Amino acid sequence: MSDIAVRAEGLSKSYQIGVTQERYRNFRDAIVESVTGPFRRVGRLLRGDSYGAAEAHELFWALRDISFEIKHGEVVGIIGRNGAGKSTLLKILSRITEPTSGYADIYGRVGALLEVGTGFHPELTGRENIYLNGTILGMRQSEIKRKFDEIVAFAEVEKFIDTPVKHYSSGMGLRLGFAVAAHLEPEILVVDEVLAVGDSAFQKKCIGKMGEVAREGRTVLFVSHNMAAVENLCTRAIMLQGGTVRTTGSTSEVIKFYSNSMENIAQTELRERKDRKGNGSLRFTNLVIRNSDGAITDSIPCGDNFDIEINYESQTSDRLKQVSVSATIANTLGENLTCLWDEMSNPGELVDLPPNGMLVCHVDSIQLIPSTYYITLNLRNGGLLADKIDSAAQLTVLDGDFFGSGKLPPSHLGSFLHPHRWSVSETVEGV
Amino acid sequence: MTLLQKTEEREIVPNGKIDTYPVIRIKPSPRWVSLQLNVLWEYRELLYFLVWRDIKVRYKQTILGATWAIIQPFLTMVVFSLFFGRLAGIPSDGIPYPIFSYAALVPWTFFSNGLQNSSQSLVLGANLIKKIYFPRLLMPTAAVVGGIVDFGLSFAVLLLMMVYFGIVPTVNAIWLPVFLLLALITSLGVGLWLSAMNVQFRDVRYIVPFLTQFWMFATPIAYPSSLIENPLLRAIYGINPMTGVVEGFRWALLGTDNPPGATIVVSFVVAVILLFTGAFYFRRTEKSFADVV
Repeated sequence: MSDIAVRAEGLSKSYQIGVTQERYRNFRDAIVESVTGPFRRVGRLLRGDSYGAAEAHELFWALRDISFEIKHGEVVGIIGRNGAGKSTLLKILSRITEPTSGYADIYGRVGALLEVGTGFHPELTGRENIYLNGTILGMRQSEIKRKFDEIVAFAEVEKFIDTPVKHYSSGMGLRLGFAVAAHLEPEILVVDEVLAVGDSAFQKKCIGKMGEVAREGRTVLFVSHNMAAVENLCTRAIMLQGGTVRTTGSTSEVIKFYSNSMENIAQTELRERKDRKGNGSLRFTNLVIRNSDGAITDSIPCGDNFDIEINYESQTSDRLKQVSVSATIANTLGENLTCLWDEMSNPGELVDLPPNGMLVCHVDSIQLIPSTYYITLNLRNGGLLADKIDSAAQLTVLDGDFFGSGKLPPSHLGSFLHPHRWSVSETVEGV
Repeated sequence: MTLLQKTEEREIVPNGKIDTYPVIRIKPSPRWVSLQLNVLWEYRELLYFLVWRDIKVRYKQTILGATWAIIQPFLTMVVFSLFFGRLAGIPSDGIPYPIFSYAALVPWTFFSNGLQNSSQSLVLGANLIKKIYFPRLLMPTAAVVGGIVDFGLSFAVLLLMMVYFGIVPTVNAIWLPVFLLLALITSLGVGLWLSAMNVQFRDVRYIVPFLTQFWMFATPIAYPSSLIENPLLRAIYGINPMTGVVEGFRWALLGTDNPPGATIVVSFVVAVILLFTGAFYFRRTEKSFADVV
């Protein structure tokens, strides 16, 4: 028992989300509400109830009945799609917010790294910020003093250590922030997506440091979208879905499961999908992809044109004044790659729409490398989110003759293909 | 895509110091929570750094710098002397009106700035609250304590004015720290209430200026409390703890001949009640700060 570092039992967290639409049925209700509302809110305030000035009506469970154990020295990755509850879990474990029910026992000092450079003040110098930030992260002053030179060297800011941080480049600020955090020595380290910032050299350095921390035998909880980093750093992974633990196990198993689940979900009929957001005034009912010959398909050779046809239905028979639609394309790891959005491409044109209809997005020469992708649909009606479906469809990009040369670069050299051409001209010395 | 070698062999048990790990249980807090004063003590270094940051940053990029700490009460004193002292002829217990009002404005400015800063502290520090754990009580506390430096500066001017007006402080001056403490407790007590409320209801931002203005006129700053002759009524006047502070300052420094005994006692009782209720209210609402702010 004594080698347990973190034990969570039935952890749950609910948020009350304010519902603002369709609350007033008529004008009189609205007037009455505006008069009585303040009194009710003041009453709540004095009782010390949480959840602020928002009129809370609906409970949203960010986490539901989460249980797991992590042993000392384990490096555990937490993965899941957006909204799966990863960040909420980290916030609870780092004591920033409280669970609604359940508990977690933590054996050891926890260092939380949810952001690089928390509490940095732009007016203070690098030196001053190291002390401030270090103290905020839970280091003793003597500890900071001892590691000061090491931190400065890691951040590579020796020359600017007595310059106010507001004069730093953003890269320097990040480096300094990470350097302080990297020199924390808690038994349990909780890390959120911080590696997603900075240039690739810096990211590499951060991941290297994380690996070092892991080898020292400390316990690390690591949330990331970067599956490569999770796979490299973590021995075990926990996959969250909709606020519950979907599966746990060795990192490679869990990542495989994660990729497969993305695929399954995209094959469900849009009409049947329950995991949608929005007020429902409009609903997506169908999505098809047509290739340049007009045939329905789910795979397009790279470089080819295609159409995305999306059917929608309205709850009423009124014509729709103002609609905005987007299709976001993400890779199998859930990273958004590009967004096809009418407000960007041809704003103001989707006006006066029929209550039921079909939206078509024409895409010229797809530039994604051959792989599997997922399309997330988003529909706004009169400025409010009407319907949103994550991974509404799967799109496979096939090998194609993108460059007209019959060749494609290997996939590890990038996610995109870009039309280009090399040429050469002679330089004459002395000119 | 190997960014680094996979880590295989790793000691599961670091340093073999299992028994020494502190154990924390994270669970929903009960309706009645303790004040956790021991945790505050644990985090004293952070309190020090928060205060230090406040002081260090306060007058950055201003032309007049720390002079602002003096200008604030001093100009108010000038205005009061003109309108209340000269024009309205308000009595000042036989002391020159400028120093009579300034001796009150120095602790008052400390109080009202502390109140303003602490009530805003959580909202302005939202970024910190959302990203890291520490006892949230530190934020409003640091905001009030940080005012000590400003107080010191304006107090130095008060001493200069005493030299100018030829007023020798009495031995009662040793009680000054007590009255300063009273101002601090009051400021923090109200600051805790307001800062916690401000997290959920941004109305507080609009209330604070009114509150301090009304409170100022409810405190004998522009006028002496000797206007109230009934001793019982004067003790009741002490329900406003700032009355005790202001009367105390004048008594200790300027030797106004009415030792504010009963008033002070009432003031202290009220201030301590404010502090404790404020701290409990704060602790009770604290759990939702990160979700709401």
